[in-house]
Amino acid sequence: MDAFIVITLIKLAVIAFVLLTAVAYLQWVERKVIAHIQVRPGPYRVGPHGLLQPLADVIKLITKEDMMPPYVNKPLYLFAPFLAVAMALLSIAVIPFGPQIEVAGYHTLMQLTDLNIGVLFILAASSMGVYGVALAGWSSNNKYALLGGLRSSAQMISYELPMALAIASPLLLSNTLSLRELVVGQAGSILHWNILRMPFPQIFSFIIFVIAAFAETNRIPFDLPEAENELVAGFHTEYSSMKFASFFMAEYLNMVTVSCMATLLFLGGWEAPWPAAYGSSLVPSLIFLIAGLTALYHSANPPRRKDRYTFGGFAVIFLVIAAVFVAPMVQSWLLPLFWFLAKVGFILFAFMWIRGTLPRFRYDQLMGFTWKFLFPIAMLNLLVTSLMVAWLG
Amino acid sequence: MTAVPISWYLTLSAILFVLGVAGFLFRHNIITVFMSIELMLNAVNLSFVTFSYQYKQVNGHLFTFFVMVVAAAEAAVGLAIILTVFKNRSTLNIDEVDSMKN
Amino acid sequence: MDVILFLIFAIIAVVAAINVVVQTHPISSAVSLIGVMGSLAILYLLLGAEFIAAAQVIVYAGAVMVLFIFVIMLLNAGAESKRGRSYMVQVLGVPLLIALLGLLAFFVERLFPRTVSVHFGGFQGGTARAIGQALFTTYLLPFEVTSLLILIAILGAIVLARKEMD
Repeated sequence: MDAFIVITLIKLAVIAFVLLTAVAYLQWVERKVIAHIQVRPGPYRVGPHGLLQPLADVIKLITKEDMMPPYVNKPLYLFAPFLAVAMALLSIAVIPFGPQIEVAGYHTLMQLTDLNIGVLFILAASSMGVYGVALAGWSSNNKYALLGGLRSSAQMISYELPMALAIASPLLLSNTLSLRELVVGQAGSILHWNILRMPFPQIFSFIIFVIAAFAETNRIPFDLPEAENELVAGFHTEYSSMKFASFFMAEYLNMVTVSCMATLLFLGGWEAPWPAAYGSSLVPSLIFLIAGLTALYHSANPPRRKDRYTFGGFAVIFLVIAAVFVAPMVQSWLLPLFWFLAKVGFILFAFMWIRGTLPRFRYDQLMGFTWKFLFPIAMLNLLVTSLMVAWLG
Repeated sequence: MTAVPISWYLTLSAILFVLGVAGFLFRHNIITVFMSIELMLNAVNLSFVTFSYQYKQVNGHLFTFFVMVVAAAEAAVGLAIILTVFKNRSTLNIDEVDSMKN
Repeated sequence: MDVILFLIFAIIAVVAAINVVVQTHPISSAVSLIGVMGSLAILYLLLGAEFIAAAQVIVYAGAVMVLFIFVIMLLNAGAESKRGRSYMVQVLGVPLLIALLGLLAFFVERLFPRTVSVHFGGFQGGTARAIGQALFTTYLLPFEVTSLLILIAILGAIVLARKEMD
């Protein structure tokens, strides 16, 4: 009993630390990706290639003046960002990052807790996250914030419907609500992942889920309620400094959660695309080797004078990581973790890629899209999936 | 005592139900009256789930499921009616909606 | 451990329920009602009803209460004005209510045997699989009827709440 509590606390500390750092650096990645889409360098000056930019942002946000306008409804004003972040963090508690590992003689899962209603738990946490937005809009006592909050919460609950139907379809194939069992059922090769799995490949569910996920997390092209040039920044108009940072942290955490859900439900979690017998264990080392050699090449002919040393440093780091992946001692937990993070990272990159590419929907187009197109398509997909499962077993 | 006697759950359900009835009878705002009805329905749900535990059957959970579905449908229609009443009488006070004459 | 968890969440539920009834502004009542539903969801988990707990949070606290909060925000419902209540009601109201609740609790305790006690993990039949099997075999007719009921409710709400096209 004691070992269980201590191990859980250690896992909690590790996951919390890694997650919060990852959310801060996710913002750096987003700024770099959008900058390169727009053919400009992005954050570059603060630290090598702008890597200390998130630290500078955190210091700025903490030391900013924390205004509490006198006309707001104080209990709800203070409660709303707390609720948004709490519900976003709660979803991460059930996400499995890898198989069972053994640390110093103790067997433990790479997950905080394995609920047998894991999928419903994440749906419940995201349903409660709507209140963070709605109460923030109401308590700010500002008509722009109220309209932004109402629009944003109406959008979130409208898109929860096709998202839930798109989640129900691969559950028909996998027959379980536990997130760990979902991944274990997709073991094998890429043909066993839910997205390509007979009797009915879940490609449409994946697309519907990703579109609904964009709307749930208020990302472009669905970010009308919180865009800066619409409705004066929407529901977080009256928030400053750490409370504003909480809303943005909640948004990035929600992005991470839906990417993890898409990976677990459709892309096979931590399973490799082809079995390890055919050499998929060498793929991470190969990728980092190529990255290191590219960095070495750019360090040899640097575009800017300082880059000779920064790219050189990155090259050394990548080559060391490539070497670490070859060591058989760490392969049992590092390889599944790599595949999981690679898939989640790919979906997060798709989030940022679409942000840099598409314009945003108008609000009536957005609501018409879900109720008149996405929801019937999701229901049709669920119907066809259930027919194929019943017919082909 | 490491387990909770089942009568405690039923007592809690009774207390919540009585509070719901009190809110239904004594409040003037129609939305608060509606929320007291939801409180009563929740108390009954707790009762169903408790008896389902006592008899070790899943039927109580099914009834709770149906109560939730019916409560959701009732909330939708009831709130639409409240919106219509507000549009016609411009008040949310049930004491002022007391004549058929507009 | 079970007793501590039950007491904490039962007290939160009762305090939030009192808050629902006592608060003047409907938004505070709505947020307190969300608190009641959340603590009831945890009590359902203690009773082994895991699917019902998740359904309570997703459907009740996450959708029905959002609907309530939307309507309160759209109608801009203000705080209820305190009408003149008679002196007798103000003095005797709360003590009488507490006495009534105490009597009720006493009779409920007397009526139900203390032999059955709830401990976490005592009932394993509340899984989604069990509910699904019961829902689609024994309770198929009520299931279909409630789906029709939801359809009627959707139609009714849309017809009642739309603007009249003149």
